[in-house]
Amino acid sequence: MQLKPLARSLAVALSIVVIAGCSSTGGTQDGDSYGSQDGSSMGSSTSGVGTSGQYGSTSGSGAAGQQADSRIPEVRTIYFDYDRDTIKSEYESVVMAHARYLRANPNARVVLHGHTDERGTREYNMALGERRAGAVQRFLNTQGVSPSQMSVVSYGEERPAVSGQNESAYSQNRRVVFNY
Amino acid sequence: MQTLSKMWLFCVLLLISSVASANLTIEITRGSDQALPIGVVPFAGSEGLPEDVAQIVQDDLERSGFFAPLERSAMFDRPSQASDVEFGTWRSLDVRYLVVGRAQQTGNGYELQFDLVDISGQRPMISETVTASGNDLRGAAHYISDQIFEAITDIRGAFSTRIAYVTAQGLGDNMQFGLYVADADGRRSQQVLTSDQPIMSPAWSPDGRKLAYVSFETGKASIYIQDVNTGQRVQATSFGGINGAPTWSPDGRRIAMSLSKDGQPEIYVLDVANRSLDRITNSNSIDTEPAWSPDGRSLIFTSDRSGGPQIYQTSLGSGETNRLTFTGNYNARARFSPDGEEIFLIHRSSRGFQVAKQNLESGRLVVLSESTRDESPSVAPNGTMVIFATQQGGSGVLSAVSADGRSSFRLPAAQGDVRDPAWSPFLN
Repeated sequence: MQLKPLARSLAVALSIVVIAGCSSTGGTQDGDSYGSQDGSSMGSSTSGVGTSGQYGSTSGSGAAGQQADSRIPEVRTIYFDYDRDTIKSEYESVVMAHARYLRANPNARVVLHGHTDERGTREYNMALGERRAGAVQRFLNTQGVSPSQMSVVSYGEERPAVSGQNESAYSQNRRVVFNY
Repeated sequence: MQTLSKMWLFCVLLLISSVASANLTIEITRGSDQALPIGVVPFAGSEGLPEDVAQIVQDDLERSGFFAPLERSAMFDRPSQASDVEFGTWRSLDVRYLVVGRAQQTGNGYELQFDLVDISGQRPMISETVTASGNDLRGAAHYISDQIFEAITDIRGAFSTRIAYVTAQGLGDNMQFGLYVADADGRRSQQVLTSDQPIMSPAWSPDGRKLAYVSFETGKASIYIQDVNTGQRVQATSFGGINGAPTWSPDGRRIAMSLSKDGQPEIYVLDVANRSLDRITNSNSIDTEPAWSPDGRSLIFTSDRSGGPQIYQTSLGSGETNRLTFTGNYNARARFSPDGEEIFLIHRSSRGFQVAKQNLESGRLVVLSESTRDESPSVAPNGTMVIFATQQGGSGVLSAVSADGRSSFRLPAAQGDVRDPAWSPFLN
């Protein structure tokens, strides 16, 4: 899936709204099955997105939450800083939405594709791409997603989403994509 | 959907060994100020032949950086054998060496006679007859270049070698990859493999017959070994995670590689015959891009165990491991010089990612390339040049620089990106 920067940030913003809605319902629903640790980490993410929390509480009916968890989340790409595999706070909600979907759908399988920008050597970048995808995999695991539902494939710098030798292109290529 | 796309992938995957396309052309980008002036006179009787043998020889010698050929337009005399050479004529043109020759068609090919003459020493150096079977005039020309190069420099010529490289077109999920083999001058390219999934890291077996490479054709990385001439191939590894960076041991019996099947990428050595696997590194970091020392007793590799990527050397006997690079915070993908005294690698300087060499005794690192988005250095079997991938006008191109950094040339492709070059061993 290819999104232009504006569309992408819009999509991220929308997903945060949706997720905020889900997590307020999901948090209470799933609280029993996944424990308080899970619930509290979702809560912190919701508070992290600020005003969208309001939307969350208004739109967060149980039925809407169920409906959201039955569909693969729309935003399936998250982006990374140069030479880093840390999931940026702005994308935690995206990963959470996938965690929720995967928990709600135990038969669903996701392949996490790790990518880097083109700078540096190819095989070393292959390892960096795997680190990024691995970071997402661990995050999903801490959110209660079964390891059997996840696998990782690093593409390193071999499949750039955008061409060009500038930071704008590089930043769109440093990514992990959720493939269902 | 997944299975459908996989089946489609297998359909698209073609194994072709005879389709020639995507030739690379040569552009000399930097000439050495120490290049020897040489004249290569057009061969008598070569009019109407499918190849201009003297031009191929002249281009070979110029590309090496060791020679500065005289332009044809400056040659007002065109002798075809040593006995016809007027030394004064060529001395006045500042020519140190002269190559003359003649071509003749025979029953099943061509006969080429050539003489190398030392103009300053006023003596003939070589006089040889070369037969070219079929249409292999290019092969015969590269052979002549090898003889001339060695007679003058005392270094074995590497013009009859080949390069493997990867091409790529498209973006994201919609890409085409190709693995090619061509002559060392970029000509006579042959497709080895094509796929809509990434192909990476081709590596020649020491006998020049096989390539090991990484292909994602099954949806994840696996290492394959393919016979270049027959196209026959086997899947060598397909572990979970990264299967990458294959390199053959000097005796051709083992392949070092990076596998992440147990977590982080580690260096392993695969026995090609019995498929046994030895784990070489054991660190909580990235270990990849192994290369064998010429004596086969140690491996160098890239590791980020100290933070950023640096080059380490591990003895296969004792397991003792030492860090080799200390200049700057990014040194990766090292390859030995054939004499084992130097390593060529990618170094991140203040300008960017550049090809550099480091003397192992002094530890001194010198940047060789002028480009700044360099990758994948591969050393010619005679150690005189390093071919690597870089960028030109937004496209991936192959480039080469002499081991002393004095001369360089580029091999641009007509379209798409070219990357991951691997220089073959000597083939004759």
